[in-house]
Amino acid sequence: MTRLLAGQDIAHQIEQKYPEAVVDAQPEFAMVKADKLIDVCTFLRDGDLDFKFLNSLTAVDRLDAFEIVYHMTSISLNQMGSIKISTSEREKPVFPSVTSVWPGAHLQEREAYDLMGIVFEGHPDLRRIFLWEGFAGWPLRKDYLNMPGHMAGLERFPGEPGKKLEGRGNVDA
Amino acid sequence: MTLKSEPYVINVGPQHPSTHGVFRLRLTMDGEKIIDAEMIIGYLHRSMEKLAEERTYTQNIPFTDRTDYLAAMTGNLAYVMAVEKMMEIDVPERADWLRTIMAELQRFASHCMAVGTFANDCGTWQTPVMHMIRDREKILDLFEMACGARLTTNYMRIGGVSRDIPPEFLPALAVLLKDLPKRVKEYEDLLLNNEIIIARSRGIAKLTPEEAIAYSLSGPMLRGSGVAWDLRKADPYAAYDKVEFDIAVGTNGDAYDRFAVRMAEMLQSLRILEQCADMITEGPIHARMSTSTVQPVGDPVAPLVIRPPEGEAYARIESPRGELGFYIVSDGGIAPYRFHIRAPSFINLTPLKKMTVGATIADAVVVLGSVDIVVGEVDR
Repeated sequence: MTRLLAGQDIAHQIEQKYPEAVVDAQPEFAMVKADKLIDVCTFLRDGDLDFKFLNSLTAVDRLDAFEIVYHMTSISLNQMGSIKISTSEREKPVFPSVTSVWPGAHLQEREAYDLMGIVFEGHPDLRRIFLWEGFAGWPLRKDYLNMPGHMAGLERFPGEPGKKLEGRGNVDA
Repeated sequence: MTLKSEPYVINVGPQHPSTHGVFRLRLTMDGEKIIDAEMIIGYLHRSMEKLAEERTYTQNIPFTDRTDYLAAMTGNLAYVMAVEKMMEIDVPERADWLRTIMAELQRFASHCMAVGTFANDCGTWQTPVMHMIRDREKILDLFEMACGARLTTNYMRIGGVSRDIPPEFLPALAVLLKDLPKRVKEYEDLLLNNEIIIARSRGIAKLTPEEAIAYSLSGPMLRGSGVAWDLRKADPYAAYDKVEFDIAVGTNGDAYDRFAVRMAEMLQSLRILEQCADMITEGPIHARMSTSTVQPVGDPVAPLVIRPPEGEAYARIESPRGELGFYIVSDGGIAPYRFHIRAPSFINLTPLKKMTVGATIADAVVVLGSVDIVVGEVDR
């Protein structure tokens, strides 16, 4: 059975090497500072945790922030963990690219750029991948083509929680 | 005297039999040699991740059929496992057995297509694949018996499976399990030492174990490079912890080894199925859910609308093509807030340029065949 490392455990390991790098630790993930990302990822890959295999890289639009989620596995130790980075920048969110640490991130970062509009600095070939060059907007963002006053996603049942959107969305981006 | 040659561009696809779907490859050539390769994808992009945010959790199950359309059952399984993980549902034992049976039948059917079309790409034109489609057909008949559909099965449900198997299913499976090992033996005799296949695929697109791990490869691509990593063993789900099987690994990490791993996995799937047919238990096929999560339509068994608590979950399984993962974020509503598919076909294409540059154009077709992509899963 793969051991699921809690975010606090990962945060503890990172803090021993980079004391300032961790922002938050939850059971599911450890949130790290974006400018320390490459150092932290290199440490996670080569350090005791041995996260040599990047399972998945994806972006989440939280409306007040963009998050990038990394799931990593150690094949030799059979354990798994997750880290996140986050920014409140909406117009042009920029994160460092981890392709130098895990080459397997190459296509996944292109996907996150294409659909969510996340710019990965240092990526060797950051272009649209599913959509064509010149496509207007970033379709996986919650405010894509949404009308003011409407909520993102499924039209909710009465009284259901959810954040209302402001503005016309990001088609002109 | 050497002749000066200009580089030129060859366009492969998007409509081409060797690209296994609408997949385009733009090759820059120097004579017969590839000096640059670029893949152009997105022709089958249906924006499933966006669509899924506007449908309830149960309504999203059919999408998972249509990502990897050669392995719908495993797509269903990975998705429902992610939601179950978020809601902490314990699936009844019989449902676990049924899931294992369906997933292994699907793996056999999918590997039939993978191996058959790979033999096609190598030049053993159409004969092996036609034999394998015959066997795959019988498995699809079993799926039809269990859930009424052959390709897009929509069989798994959050908390169990949609319906129990009919009484004639297990006898039919027993007949098939008598027949198929002989067939696989035939294929092994026909293909494993086949001169055409060895000449075309030995030493092509070699990847070392370190490279395979660094490129996030999974499934037969990773095991072909000699890494014995199979999620059915490493992180057992459904009933895989109760059955015995071996992990097939390659030694050279070339196209031939990936093909040989798939052939070996077909036999292992039959071995798992035999154990499942013996050990399957009677009982409920669906978990009862707590009523607080199934409002406002309140059938605790197979509810239409469910409401996982706020949070996130990543669940992964070993699909025929590799690690199929679903990352789902819930905001407490009836539809996923974020629905991400970690598609093995897509990520297995990452080292495509590395594998093709320096080879000839005929090798590029073999390389693509050895990756075994399903474009529905690449583009989603």
